Amino acid sequence: MEEIIRINNLSFSYPDGRKVLENIFLSVQRNETIGLIGPNGAGKSTLLLHLNGILRTSAAVQVLGKEINKNNLRWIRARVGLVFQNPDDQLFSPTVFDDVAFGPINMGYSRTEVFQAVKHALKEVGMEEFEQRSPHHLSLGEKKRIAIATVLSMNPEILVFDEPTSNLDPRGRWSLIRLFQKLSATKVIATHDLELVQALCQRTIILNHGQIVADDTTTKILSDMQLLKNNGLAFEEIP
Amino acid sequence: MDISLINSYNEQDSSCHRIDARAKFIFTLLFILCIILTPPDNWSAYIAYFITIISLISLARLPGRYVLKRSLIVMPFVLMLAIFIPFFKEGEIAGSYNIRSWNLTVTYDGIQVMTNLLIKAWLSMLGLIWLTSTTKTNDLFHALGRLHLPQVLVMILSFMYRYIFVIIDEMMRMKQARDSRNFGGGKLWQLRTIGNMIGTLFIRSYERSERVYAAMISRGFDGQTRTLDNLNFRRSDIFFIITLVIILAAINIVNLLVLN
Ligand SMILES: Nc1ncnc2c1ncn2[C@@H]1O[C@H](COP(=O)(O)OP(=O)(O)OP(=O)(O)O)[C@@H](O)[C@H]1O
Ligand SMILES: [Mg+2]
Repeated sequence: MEEIIRINNLSFSYPDGRKVLENIFLSVQRNETIGLIGPNGAGKSTLLLHLNGILRTSAAVQVLGKEINKNNLRWIRARVGLVFQNPDDQLFSPTVFDDVAFGPINMGYSRTEVFQAVKHALKEVGMEEFEQRSPHHLSLGEKKRIAIATVLSMNPEILVFDEPTSNLDPRGRWSLIRLFQKLSATKVIATHDLELVQALCQRTIILNHGQIVADDTTTKILSDMQLLKNNGLAFEEIP
Repeated sequence: MDISLINSYNEQDSSCHRIDARAKFIFTLLFILCIILTPPDNWSAYIAYFITIISLISLARLPGRYVLKRSLIVMPFVLMLAIFIPFFKEGEIAGSYNIRSWNLTVTYDGIQVMTNLLIKAWLSMLGLIWLTSTTKTNDLFHALGRLHLPQVLVMILSFMYRYIFVIIDEMMRMKQARDSRNFGGGKLWQLRTIGNMIGTLFIRSYERSERVYAAMISRGFDGQTRTLDNLNFRRSDIFFIITLVIILAAINIVNLLVLN
């Protein structure tokens, strides 16, 4: 197996001084799908922002064997596709085409390559007809798919998702889950959706108070009710 | 606010819609420039401009009601500026009023300048409405970029266009939240609430800008803006721009001849 991400003792605090991540060790193998779960405020989003160097405090994160530093940021970001939770943050262009083309253009693709990449990415998420639409008139489910297409168009090796199924209706959720099943890249998915984790991820990590509490196979973690309850991830019985 | 008013006809198709965005932009700019530079007493020129822009508007099959409604939106602001002119301009006195100890005089010259200002503003508005109602918004942004407007400005415009809807939505939600918690109390209290809402909106927008920036650099943005567009100048666009420039020139030449 090939190690694709390695995090070696990562700690991080936001400028206001509170520690958000503490002594994180993590190793991701190629073609794994990992679920990252944990209560609100656990630090999931913060951890994801470290995976492509948006947040960068120490040299603790290695992608494809390289430490993230100033000089290889572009290279890293072409390989790690990060999909943000709110598609309104991810889709900032006047048309869907412009948004999906944004990454490839920045990567210096030629004109024909850009058109190809956009077509291919939109086809993968089943949104071919939306090229000329403007993002603000789309439904949330459509926006989420387009947001995924904006990173697929760069053909990344690692896909990182922050709460991809939040606010979707059940049908929208399942169609997104099926879409994920088709994507061949290595995936790291931060989510509160345990059904998604069960359906997609072989391995699950629980993060709480900025620390990794558990890191095991999904089957083991999801059957350990006590562990889930302790981390605010399961129903509490009403007394 | 009626958001559908922001753009509703630019996705349609007509001979005007098919003209290259750059050609239309240049024409509109020239059109407005000509209007601004035409002397106030030159009525025939204004009529000619009016006929030109009305022909273009009907060629684009824009409904008259919609055009009229939109063109009147800015008039109150223009009026606010223009209303004082008749009182300050010197010349033949049309009337004078005594209000308490003030003596207000209105001059014919002043009235003419004011009417002229209103007409200029209205005609320019018609030109802009024609431009924005026949051009897809992002084509217009691309056109500005291709015409070498600084890319940063183009980007700011396109962000504004993209996020104005998001921010209006946010404002609406805040308003609903406020109203459903029974917005009452005295005037001062109401003002304070509105102030807080504006502050919150500002902070949220600021935080959003950070997230949007993170999404941009995640996709390789490095401060350089690069865009791809489908604009191409065809023969019909050249034909359009030449015809209209000739019309504008003719209006001005004829008027020069008539005046001398
Ligand atoms: N920009 C910031 N500045 C300061 N503190 C922040 C910032 N962003 C997040 N935090 C804090 O860091 C902690 C972890 O936040 P993070 O968003 O990573 O949690 P999360 O696990 O993604 O939560 P959620 O499930 O609610 O999305 C929270 O306590 C949050 O208040
Ligand atoms: Mg989060």
